[in-house]
Formats: sequence, structure tokens, C-alpha cells
Amino acid sequence: MNTPLRRLSVVVIAMFVALMAAATWTQFVQASTLNADPRNVRTLYREFDNSRGPIVIAGEPVASSTAVDDAFKYQRAYANGPLFAPVTGFYSVVYGRTGIERAENDVLTGTADSLFLSRVQDLFTGRQPQGSSVELTIDPAVQQAAWDALGDQKGAVVALDPTTGAILAMVSRPSYDPNILAGHSTPAVNDAYRLLADDPTNPLINRTIEETYPPGSTFKLVDAAAALEAGMTPDTQLAAPQTLALPGSTATISNFGGEVCGPGETVSLAEALRISCNTAFAQLGMDLGDDALRAQAEAFGFDAELQVPMTVAVSRFPADPDVPQTALSAIGQYEVRATPLQMALVSAAIANGGTQMKPYLVQTVRNPDLDVIDEASPTELGRPVSAATATALRDMMIDVVANGTGKSAQISGVQVAGKTGTAQTTAEAAPHAWFTAFAPADAPRVAVAVVVENGGSLGNEATGGRVAAPIARAVIEAVLAR
Amino acid sequence: MATVTPHRVRPGRGVELGLLVLALGLGVAAYALVGLNMTGALPANIYGYSAGMVALGVGMHLVLRLRAPYADQVILPVAVALNGIGLAMIYRIDLSTVDWEHPTTFATRQLGWTAIGMILAAVVLVALRDHRTLRRYTYTAMVVGLGLVLLPLVPGLGTTINGARIWVRLGGQSLQPAEFAKIALAIFFAGYLVTNRDTLALAGSKVLGMQFPRVRDLGPIIVVWAASLAVLVLERDLGTSLLFFGLFVAMLYLATERKSWIFLGMLLFLGGAALAAQTFSHVGARFDAWLNAFDNDVFNQSPGGSGQLVRGLYGMANGGLFGTGWGEGRPDLVPYAESDFIVASLGEELGLTGLLAILVAYLVLAERGLRTAIGVRDGFGKLLAGGLAFVVAFQCFVVVGGVTRLIPLTGLTMPFMAYGGSSLLANWVIVALLLRISDSARRPAPLVTGFVAPPPTAADRQDTQMLTGLGEVRE
Repeated sequence: MNTPLRRLSVVVIAMFVALMAAATWTQFVQASTLNADPRNVRTLYREFDNSRGPIVIAGEPVASSTAVDDAFKYQRAYANGPLFAPVTGFYSVVYGRTGIERAENDVLTGTADSLFLSRVQDLFTGRQPQGSSVELTIDPAVQQAAWDALGDQKGAVVALDPTTGAILAMVSRPSYDPNILAGHSTPAVNDAYRLLADDPTNPLINRTIEETYPPGSTFKLVDAAAALEAGMTPDTQLAAPQTLALPGSTATISNFGGEVCGPGETVSLAEALRISCNTAFAQLGMDLGDDALRAQAEAFGFDAELQVPMTVAVSRFPADPDVPQTALSAIGQYEVRATPLQMALVSAAIANGGTQMKPYLVQTVRNPDLDVIDEASPTELGRPVSAATATALRDMMIDVVANGTGKSAQISGVQVAGKTGTAQTTAEAAPHAWFTAFAPADAPRVAVAVVVENGGSLGNEATGGRVAAPIARAVIEAVLAR
Repeated sequence: MATVTPHRVRPGRGVELGLLVLALGLGVAAYALVGLNMTGALPANIYGYSAGMVALGVGMHLVLRLRAPYADQVILPVAVALNGIGLAMIYRIDLSTVDWEHPTTFATRQLGWTAIGMILAAVVLVALRDHRTLRRYTYTAMVVGLGLVLLPLVPGLGTTINGARIWVRLGGQSLQPAEFAKIALAIFFAGYLVTNRDTLALAGSKVLGMQFPRVRDLGPIIVVWAASLAVLVLERDLGTSLLFFGLFVAMLYLATERKSWIFLGMLLFLGGAALAAQTFSHVGARFDAWLNAFDNDVFNQSPGGSGQLVRGLYGMANGGLFGTGWGEGRPDLVPYAESDFIVASLGEELGLTGLLAILVAYLVLAERGLRTAIGVRDGFGKLLAGGLAFVVAFQCFVVVGGVTRLIPLTGLTMPFMAYGGSSLLANWVIVALLLRISDSARRPAPLVTGFVAPPPTAADRQDTQMLTGLGEVRE
């Protein structure tokens, strides 16, 4: 029996070698992958053991870590939580992190590569490692004005400085209080999160960048840009029938309220934009073709990834529309989708003489000694239109607010340039009200986009001009009052 | 070549005493470090604890000096070291619950079980003068073993804990009779197989170049196979069932030297397991949790998901190469960190280095047991020692393999380390039996002393078999 005993000894050795290999695989080869797994709460515990850096807006921390006496040493606290939640996001032991808390996590925890020197210093001075602070570009007065103006309506407001790309306001309603998700009691956080996640109004979503809407008539800015770039002028006459039959289909396009666009059969490009003439722009879209429209849309930032530093949902122009679909796309319907930030970027590019600046939220990163580690430097995203086209578009948008559909955005003593939009969604639901604008028109300080879902408080009676334009005006006034 | 060189063993136990000092030092130091790292002070009962462990270890050593002077000198220190490290980790898990409304006191109870276990081992060594006595109880052992296996199914006595009905409530204590059943079954297998090995090995038809046994020789084997399937099906315990089956297949192979048994055994078990995975959701869920451990749905599923397994892996990854140190990690984040997942806890705080050292200690224990089996002269002793050594090794494989995701996770306890009285008692009895057999293996045999030992040749093997035969005749 000794031969099988010896063989069995070898089998036993083989079993233990297999166990040692498995342990090595887990503790050495796979260790960093396992440590980086977002479900690994040990990583969170390690993070919570250190003081996380604050998120600062205008010198005041809106998210900060306070020492607590439980398993995690620090708890996150949010000042004015719902107002800034779309920007800060939340930081939860149970559900991880979103917003800036997520996008700037390695800086806030102090583990970013750029903070290597600070960590080495901590090692030698024996100081407890601390996270760095992140200062945002948000202006609390503008944020508050947008929040108040939107009121209890579902929607989003985003405002930015067209000359730098700095985001001044990012409001999404309904919102939520990140404090209730930052607690350390798992059952309480679970209940609160379930409630928010199951809420049909999606309070956890930042509508300015995480939601796309049909842009409706605000997309006519893209059509007009394509037309001007193709050699037309604001005075070019466009066919503008009362009803436009779409070739190859039984569908027709008519104007808002079934009105005519002018006394004759044609209107000028500038006049069509001023009164937001659907038939003229649908015909223009068909004439230019879907390739030209897509090229112009993509020049403005459609179909492209963007980080601000949170990842922005991609705005879309349909890939291969037929002729009637192109006509519908030209008036911002069919499968055209845009984030509110995307439409603000269209206005911002026009405001900035055709040069589009990359939008950003993080102004300064400071280490715990308050030394500046990183400072935002405005960068160019692209040049979607020429300076001449931008000027022509600006003048046409001024006319929209002065004499057209956007009159409710008028501010005495300030020239506002804007464009309204009223986007149909489904037959039953009220349309989304849009407005995008910039001001002052001759020396722009702010570009803004507003969307109010399903007409807001006005419902089916809503238009971009009646519902969204006054909100944009409030935001512009807040910026100009600085 | 299978040869045994009879070598003279001096009846001294100095090596054991030296190793025992190391093992006791390791356990006490670990216990002290846990207290220092977690509370900043030595554990309150450090002196009592140390004195108790030293008394138990030295007591065992003295019993061996008196009653088994030739016994293997490595087995006891390894068992003491593993028991001590396990105790320190259980105490460490207890300390992480001090803020709870009812802090756990596993360590105190485990210390009690350690004392009972080592005293029981001493009793076995004193009472059992010759392991061959056990052969007389072959069929008694079968009845006792099967009875113990099926005991949890008795209504009113058996309890279901975490889905497995493998527990018996007796006088306020939960016991796992299966832990004791494995000893009884090992005795039965050894006795049955040493008698029937020739019929099993030689009679039967050849299929595909392999000798298969006759059906009528299979009777008792089928009974045990059915019992292990009953454990799987009725008690919902994959681990115990796998353990019995592994023990049985290994011992059949030892007895018959036929690889066909291994083939047949694995075929039967894989068939049974595959059928069980198809039929019983809890077995299927185990497989799913193993294969798709990192799938989010499987991870979050509770109960029956992979959450515990993956959290154990997170812990081990957190430990890395050198570990966080005693009391510096968070092993308490894994459910059952003091019992089923004590390996993950040790991996986290002692690191890969510590875990590998622990695995080597187990390997040494198992290999000393197998060396005992090679050295002992009677077939029954060979089978019993081989079976017991293998069952310890195989249990380690099933537990550590499950925790490291080498194989599906099953609910077995790590010998000597995991919290649990039944397991500790049973493993100390196994140690006592191995020590008893090794004493007989290394004792200068009166029959051999007259020999002038020839250079090792094939004849040695025949000598051994002849001696085995003599032993049988004598009984």
C-alpha cells in the first residue's frame, strides 16, 4: 500500500500548490483590480479614514467632511444641498459617488498624480494625509437666480461665460438633498436612495448634461448657421408656404398655430428666424441636405464626447434621415436630441465670434496648504462658424428678442440675443419649452440655455417664449448684476 | 520504488518540546499583538490564557512521553500553532464587535473547546493502547458514522442554520455530528477495505482497460455513497458530502491501488453534483456564485449570491503581500470571518506571506500523517492514518479553495482554526489517532529487531506485506 500512499502524498502536495497559486492570484496578481472595484467598501473605508477635500463655491465649502465617531471617521456634509446637488453629486458609503464627487475623486481624496509631492511631504512631516479642495466656477447668485426662476417646474438651466467656457450655473429640478445619501446608516441610505431612484421625476439626474431633449426651434440656429456658411445671407428669400407637404410621404409641416410666415410666398432668412417659421426652415433643411446640417451640428459639438469634468450625454443628429426626416430634423424634431448644455454652447459660440470655448466647472485645485495645484486655463473647443456668420447670427438673434418670439427675455438697457423653441415630444404630453440666449449682445458675458419639461406650469399653452425666456432673463440679469 | 527502511528511533521527545515552545510562543504573541494593536493594551486575560495554553501543550507532551514515546514529534506542535493562530484571529474578530449591543465572545468559548479537545486527545492516547483495537469495531463504526451523518435529520434534534441542516442542538450547544462522522467512517473504511481489498481489486470485469469491481462487492460502498448523497440532498451540504466522498475514494484507491476507483468515484460524484446543480436551486446557486462571482446581480443577491465570497477576496487583496498586521485590517466586513472565512481574515491581516506559511503548516501536518501511514506495518493502520491525513488535507483544500475561488464555495470549517467546537474536538481526536499510529509505526518492532537490515531492495516491500499478514493472523 506504500505506492498509492506515496502517490497520494504527491496529490496532497499538488492540492496545496494549487491553493498557494490561488492565494497568490488573489493577493498579488489581482490585488489592485480587487482594490479598485467600486463595490469594495474597504476602499471607501480607506478614503473615509482620511479627511476628504472640500468642494468650494465662491470661497464657501458646499461639500465638506466632518469628523464623526463611527466606523468611518468622516462624514460628508452638503451646504444648500438641493441647490448644488446637480454639480456636487453625492458621496455615499453605499452607493458610491456622482457629480464632482466622482469626477474629481482622486483630487478630493488626495490620491491624484498631481498631488504626489504633497503626499511625499506628508510622509516626512508625519501629517495625516488630506484631500485637496476643488473650487468651482459656479456663481452662487446666478445659480440661485436660475433655481428660483425655474421654481417648481421640471427642467434645467445652464449658464456659462462664452469667452472662457466657465460654467456659472447648473440647475436641475427636481433635485435632492445629498446629505441624506451621505449618512453612514446603510438601511437609512438604502431607503432614501430607493425613494429617489424610483421617483418618476428622476431627481438624481443632472438634466443639464445627463438628459437629452428634442431641441425644437432652437435648432434653427444650426440651420441658419449652415445656410450662412453655405453662402446665403440674412436677406436670402426662403420659400415659406402655410403648409409644407413632405416629399415621399403624406405628412405635412405647418407653422405654430397654423399661421402664415409672411404676406407672400417667401420670407427672408432673418425674418424666418425672428418668427420661427417652421415651413421655411424645413424647406431650407431639405435644400441644404442632411449632410450639411449634420456637419454644422457636429461643428457645434453634436455627436461628440465631452467632459466638464463630468461626462456629458452625447447630443445627436440622426445618422441617415430620408428627405421628410431631414425636414423634421431641421426644426429640431424627429431624432435630433440635445442636452441643455449643448444648446448653451451653440449660443456661446455665436456670442464669442464663432470661437467655441470648452466648458469647465473646476476653477482651482488647492492642496491642504492652500497652494494652487491646478488652475483652469480656458481652451478652445472649435470654430463652428466664421466671425462673419457669427455676427450675422447675432443680429438675427437680437431681432428675435427685440421684435420676435423671444420678447419676454428683453432687459431694459441691455441687448439680449436669443432663440425660442417649443419641442413636441409625444401627442399626449405638453411640449418642452426652450430658450437659449446670450447678453450683452455686443460684449457677451453670459450664454444660457433653459429647458422646461412639458411646458412647466403652462402645460399645453406653453411656448419657449412664454415659459423659458423669462427664466433666461432672470439668469442674465443675475450675471449682469455682478 | 516502494521501500521502507526500518530506522532506529530514539525514544526522546526533545525536538517536540522545542517546536512546542515555538508554537506556543507564536500563539501567545499573536494573541498579545491583537490586544496591543486594537485596544492599545495587552488582553486582560493574557496571563491566564498563556498559562492555560502552555499547560495544555506541555500536558499533551507529557502524555506522549509516557504513553506514546515514539510518536511523531512534529504533529503536536503544528496542531498547537494552528490552534493558537486561529484563537488569536477569533479574538480579533470579537474585539471588532465591542461596540455592539451584544459583543461576541467566540474566543472564550473556542479556548474552552481547545481545552476539551486537547484533553480528549490525551484521553484517546491513554485509553487506546493499540490502534488495531479499532478494527474490531469496523461495523460498529459504520453504524455510528451513518447515524451521525443522518442525526440532523431527526425531527426535534436537527436544526437548520443558514440553509444547511447539519447541526444538532444538545444541551444548549450546536454540534456538527458530521465532523465526528468522518472519523467513524475512516475507521469503517479502513476495517472494511483491509478485509475486502483483494476481492475489490481483483474480481470483476475489465472495461476500457480498467478493472471494475463486481456489483455484490459494492454493497457497503453503495450504502455510503447513498449516505453522502443524502447529506447533499436532505441536509443541503455540498462540503460535507464532498469531504466524505473524497475520503472514501482516496481510501479505496489506497486499498486497491486501482485507478479505476478514482475514475468511478469522480464520475459518480460529478454525476451526482451535476444532477444536484440542475435539480436543487441551492446547489445551482453555489455554482453560479462561483462562476459569475463578480456579476453585479449575483454579487447583490442575498441569500445565495457571491457577496460573501467576493468580500473575502476584497479582504485578501487588501492584505496584499505582507498583510495589514494583526488588528489593522477589516476582516469583520466579511460575514463569518471567525469561522468559514477565517482564511480570508488571516490572508488580510497576515498577508500572502502569512497565509502561505499557514498552508505549509497544514501541508506538513498532512504529510507527517501520510509518512506515518507509510511507516506503520499493518494494513488497517496504513489505511486509517492515510485516510485521516488525507481528510485533513482535503478539508483544507475544499475550504481554502472555496475562499480563494479555486472551486465552488462550500460550508466547511478550517481544521483547528475556524470557530466551532465539533470541528476542533474532531480534529484533536484525529491528531491523537495519528500520534497513536505513528508511535506504533516508529516503535522498534520486536520482529524486526532480529533482522540485520539489508540494503533497501524490493524485498522490503514483501517483508512489509508479510508482516501485515502476520498482524492479521494474530488477531
